[in-house]
Amino acid sequence: MKRYLTSALVVAVLAAAGPASTQTKATAQGVPEIVYTSTPSFLKAPPGENFGEAVGVATNSKGHVFVFMRRDRNRLWEFDATGKFVREIGKDYYGFLFAHSVRVDPQDNIWTVDEGTNLVSKFSPEGKLLMVLGHRPSAAAGLAATRTGANLPDGKYTFCRPTDVGWDLQGNIFVSDGYCNNRVVKYDKNGRYVTQVGSEKPGSGVGEFNLPHGLQVDRQGNVYVADRSNGRYDIFDNNLKPKGMFTNVGVGWTACISTQGDHQYFFASNSNPNGNQPGTWAITGEIYKMELDGRIIGKFGHPSKEHGGFQVVHMMDCRDPNKIVVGEIESWRVQQLNLGAQQPARAY
Amino acid sequence: MKRFLPLLFAATVLTGAPVLAQDSVPAIALTATTPLQLPADIYLGEVAGVATNSKGEVFVHTRTGTATADMGGARAFAHGGTRLFKFNAAGKYVGEIGKGVYGFLVGQQVRIDPQDNIWVVDQYSNMIMKFDPQGQFLMQLGRKPESINVPEPAPAANNGAGQQTDLFQRPADVAWDSAGNIYVADGLINARVVKFDKNGVFIRSWGTRGTEPGQFAEVHSIQVDANRNVYVADRGNNRIQVFDSDGNVKAQLTGVGNPMAICITSGPHPYIYSSNSNRVNDIDNAGEIYKLELDGKVIGKFGRAGKLAGEFGTVNEIDCRNPSQLFVAEIGNFRVQKLTLR
Repeated sequence: MKRYLTSALVVAVLAAAGPASTQTKATAQGVPEIVYTSTPSFLKAPPGENFGEAVGVATNSKGHVFVFMRRDRNRLWEFDATGKFVREIGKDYYGFLFAHSVRVDPQDNIWTVDEGTNLVSKFSPEGKLLMVLGHRPSAAAGLAATRTGANLPDGKYTFCRPTDVGWDLQGNIFVSDGYCNNRVVKYDKNGRYVTQVGSEKPGSGVGEFNLPHGLQVDRQGNVYVADRSNGRYDIFDNNLKPKGMFTNVGVGWTACISTQGDHQYFFASNSNPNGNQPGTWAITGEIYKMELDGRIIGKFGHPSKEHGGFQVVHMMDCRDPNKIVVGEIESWRVQQLNLGAQQPARAY
Repeated sequence: MKRFLPLLFAATVLTGAPVLAQDSVPAIALTATTPLQLPADIYLGEVAGVATNSKGEVFVHTRTGTATADMGGARAFAHGGTRLFKFNAAGKYVGEIGKGVYGFLVGQQVRIDPQDNIWVVDQYSNMIMKFDPQGQFLMQLGRKPESINVPEPAPAANNGAGQQTDLFQRPADVAWDSAGNIYVADGLINARVVKFDKNGVFIRSWGTRGTEPGQFAEVHSIQVDANRNVYVADRGNNRIQVFDSDGNVKAQLTGVGNPMAICITSGPHPYIYSSNSNRVNDIDNAGEIYKLELDGKVIGKFGRAGKLAGEFGTVNEIDCRNPSQLFVAEIGNFRVQKLTLR
């Protein structure tokens, strides 16, 4: 992790990185490969149904898996630990229009982030709506064309295409916001605004973002933000004061911090971009396993449409650091990856 | 009540900032519950309206479901996006009313008349729809525009008086007097009150956009007392305006913030409940509900903006059939709370 005691070094790294790109090869060298297997057909969709863009995946304390996907409408499906379909949550819910993230908090509440309605919603473990953050623009304002030009500033309680949500152990809520703001907002557990870092404007300086795309909080309350178009992970203390950044693991698409056991690990995905440009698969797509201070332990995975490879990993669940669940935008699938398996059925 | 004797009116203007009087307003204690039990596959969205009938059944008007704009040959057509649910007095889900009807787009208000008919106001279809107690459609006021423009142009500049017809521009509420005459708060683009007889025959409308007595800035809620005085929540002007049944100005009630939802109780001593609802993008200011005498004397207040029980997220309708047991519809918190006042 680059700490801001060595600010001159950070500036040098940023300057060398050049224009933000979603195709930049990670600069980390000599990273060990972690062997893994992927369980085939891990989740069973209901008969006759198919998955969509599986942008959100999360597990709860019972091993149930939640998949938040873009389909005919947003679908939030719950599966048990064996992959059997349990139920749909939020059918026809007003806060579901264009899915982006689902996370499960330490009390097993289910949180969704929807970048179409600009709403963050908290559901009980039983699927009952408990709290809403943000406001969906009224249909009575009429259909608007897709907004272009500079971002407009949002207030304390509205978002513009928010991307992710996390919590510290006190229950404070952190929201990464998002595609047309470039900030992270902290709320208390009752949904009252506390503070924020960043603004509506994209930037590449310390405390600025260019598409904060994913967010996680460690047990000490530090906040890790996948700063996608800056190609880095930004780390903040609990009051959103900058602490450092990881700049050597590629694009910074999504982040996950494990919660089982005393030792927490950080997972970072250098997801391959949508579009399949020639050559990009060769330098993207891998996931890094790291210490919270930024030291890299190893990496695994590569882009492929075949089972076991990745097609734009949008989100990871890493409750168990040896059993990673990945949701992919393309290929419409969710895979469960078993890291470090002794006799992999199919290793890469 | 501030009457328009010159001296008193001047005093109103001088003390016009609505927050000045609030510090001395007694707090009313309450308990809040969320008694409605929803089926597993039904989720409330923004709750625009809540109302009870004489049997204690609860009707909930909510912006949810699939709002759709379909491309036609040369025009786009909007439908869906709002549902009306019925619960019994114990809060158990009974069923849906008006499923799939043409006029449900962006729900705004549900009111139950003395005969238990169900009236629904939709602010985007510009329609008032009357259903019988069983949910059978009976009458409409206004008509849904055939198509929508994409992108939506800004409303044409006008003085808010609207057309002298029953064509509304984002109507907000409906009420009746003891003779069955119908009064429509019209609304969020127009700035007028429209009066119909009980058969839906247009009688007159009054009001233009402005700040003078008899003018409006957001006609958000409307109620009629037993003496056929018409109370209009003039939200943008921080006041409730009182008219006789012909639209003559009688008084304006101030000191209660920006009234967004009002409800007048029945019985020998009626009261007004008026919500100074917080803006949808702010839970750090406003949000409290006031209890007033009909002459405007503030008796007490309760609640504030927030997401906890007993806090409010932009109250859009108050049901006060039982004067000490209210139901409030919250836009911000996607819920209905039952408040027992002490």
